[in-house]
Amino acid sequence: MLKVIKNRFEQGHRTTKYPEEKINLYKRFRGLPTVDPDCDPAVVQQCAEACPQEAIDSASCRIDLGKCVFCGLCETLSEGKFACFSQNIEMGTAARDDLLFSGSLPELAEHSKTHFKKLFGRSLQLRQISAGGCNACEADTNVLNTPFFDLSRFGIQFVASPRHADGIHVTGPVSKNMRQAVLTTWEAVPDPKVVIASGACAISGGPFYGSDDIVGDLNSLIPVDLYIPGCPPHPLTTLHALLSFFK
Amino acid sequence: MDKLLYIHNGERVHRSAIPHLSFHEFRSELLDFTEAGGQIVQFFAYDENNKENQGKGSLKLLAVLRNESNDKLCVTGCDAPDSFDSLTAVTEKFHMFERELGEQYGLKAESHPWWKMVRYQQNCTGKPDVFGNNYSENIPGNYPYFAVEGEGVHEVAVGPVHAGIIEPGHFRFQCFGERVFHLEIQLGYQHRGVEHLLQTVPMKRLPIIGETISGDTSIGHGLCMAQGIESLADLEVDEGSKVVRTLALELERIANHIGDLGALSLDVAFSPPAAYFGRIRGEYLNLSQILGGNRFGRGLIRPGGVTKVMGEEQRQLIQEKMTELTPEVEHVNDLIFSTPSVRGRFDHTGTVSRENAEKIGLVGYAGRACGLPYDARVKFPTECYGDLPGNSNNKTDGDVASRAEVRREEIMHSIHLVNTLLARSEEANSYTPQKTELAPDSFVVTVNEAWRGEASHCILTDAQGKILRYKVKDPSFHNWTGLALSLREQGISDFPLCNKSFNLSYCGFDL
Repeated sequence: MLKVIKNRFEQGHRTTKYPEEKINLYKRFRGLPTVDPDCDPAVVQQCAEACPQEAIDSASCRIDLGKCVFCGLCETLSEGKFACFSQNIEMGTAARDDLLFSGSLPELAEHSKTHFKKLFGRSLQLRQISAGGCNACEADTNVLNTPFFDLSRFGIQFVASPRHADGIHVTGPVSKNMRQAVLTTWEAVPDPKVVIASGACAISGGPFYGSDDIVGDLNSLIPVDLYIPGCPPHPLTTLHALLSFFK
Repeated sequence: MDKLLYIHNGERVHRSAIPHLSFHEFRSELLDFTEAGGQIVQFFAYDENNKENQGKGSLKLLAVLRNESNDKLCVTGCDAPDSFDSLTAVTEKFHMFERELGEQYGLKAESHPWWKMVRYQQNCTGKPDVFGNNYSENIPGNYPYFAVEGEGVHEVAVGPVHAGIIEPGHFRFQCFGERVFHLEIQLGYQHRGVEHLLQTVPMKRLPIIGETISGDTSIGHGLCMAQGIESLADLEVDEGSKVVRTLALELERIANHIGDLGALSLDVAFSPPAAYFGRIRGEYLNLSQILGGNRFGRGLIRPGGVTKVMGEEQRQLIQEKMTELTPEVEHVNDLIFSTPSVRGRFDHTGTVSRENAEKIGLVGYAGRACGLPYDARVKFPTECYGDLPGNSNNKTDGDVASRAEVRREEIMHSIHLVNTLLARSEEANSYTPQKTELAPDSFVVTVNEAWRGEASHCILTDAQGKILRYKVKDPSFHNWTGLALSLREQGISDFPLCNKSFNLSYCGFDL
């Protein structure tokens, strides 16, 4: 018992004050990139060809954040002239097309349909479905329940049963073998319900795009309300998206 | 002996140098070797002529083995017969490998005692499915579970969507009241065609897919892949990059072990350490972020080196955080392991005997907790491991307590390794992406001790230097059977505890 108390004092209070106070991430963290549309087209072309995710459209100088895995290769190749990854974690969008990024994203809060805020603003219960990814998205969603992020202080919870949920939070490219389970879980959630596609996999297939064994785009299966890009999304990216969209 | 070719970890050999036996010789060689205590690192089929000659008898088998004292790796091969006498019928070590051969290449292991599908995957040869599945239909869930009948016997089915935020899989318990006779674990829900992708996509996509074979083992698998390509493409890695890679692998190990110890204490309803370790795990992930810009180490390791150097600034930041965290980790560990109620639940729960562990080839901490001391960092060292001290553990009862103790010791050992590496002064060269050309007609196997245990990649190239076959093995491929065994004669309520003590990868298995 004494050890419990001693450890309690040593650990202290560690919950972040986010969103009142911003959290500074180390400069190497690759968040929302800045994109220079006036960059030398040859450099953009070089980046587009090298991009393992084929996420760069050289003609329009845009990066598809739904495909991007934030590996940082385009920053290295262009020496920061075309793309430069910032420490900004605010990346969620309400529409797939908004992720075709040329330097700015629309304000998520304004895009959230008012009825989402009215319906779920005070309490939001989500059923998480892992549908064929690498488990990094799940791991970084799970940490929202640790004392540092403490998701439940916002009235948001991940629940065990779809019957208790207001919506689903899907990670992974939806493997063919999980397709039916995703649909069944979604159907089990009572109306009105929301669908969140989290991570490059659920949005576009992520690293597994082109595989015959995946669906590769959650939106082609069920209509998605909120997109959270990243590979995996930083816990703060998820937190920011949930708070801006629903609160 | 010319029936086996002895090779080094990460050594490139010409494919023609691999002994080519008759199937009869191959089979008896493998059985003799495993009988003498050897284990299987990889055992798979490939199509020698790949696309042009599909299903025309060009299928080959290849096995990579390690001997009982774990100081030698060897490889041997043969033509693949359409059907053959199961090796599993003689020794359990081949169990999963043969099922996988059947599913991926339509090869039948006759009289295999547990002939069932692995991950609901259509074979690539166009032959009829050996399990009689029709892949134009929705297959998952259509599986012949082992069943027990009798008064008072009942089944508990869990999954594929579990209660928590975890990966999908289906568990079927055969129970008598609270007592579990047998647990059957059926995976495959995460199958996303990784091996097929690795063989067919352009080279530029390989590192990204490698890192996402299993997200919590991004460094472990990323390293296996990088070393394989480096060996095939003659790329040199400088000392500084090796330090960064070793450091990243150890940080990954610490973070995962800490997370699991927290989860274990939560499962015995002792929540303070769970809260503390939940947060502390994040602190170590943030150290990976300082090193490479991503909490899971994504984008850091590439064939030829590392994308981020460790300068004085990063070295100091990591050093300071390590100094701050180490006493916290020690104290929370002490809290867990000195609490009688925790000890009472850990001790003698979910025991896997040493004998069974050897039979199914358990690897990693699960194996070490049963008294199989194999650690790839010591036996087949890569990167900086050759001149770093190994770890040993004394508690080897094979139960949850042993698996937890091994992890506690490994955390402290890894912290020591990280501090040792931080004291080194080599700086990595800056990395520039380069075009790589793989040597033709070659073979390489790489083995690393990822945090769960032995991860291994095999790459075979064709006459043009294109990848002919890319075979991945995650430690979970061996260890899932261990989890099933640990539940025998246990209360069903011990399942979460057994499960967390193994904490296996679904996606690393499903591929």
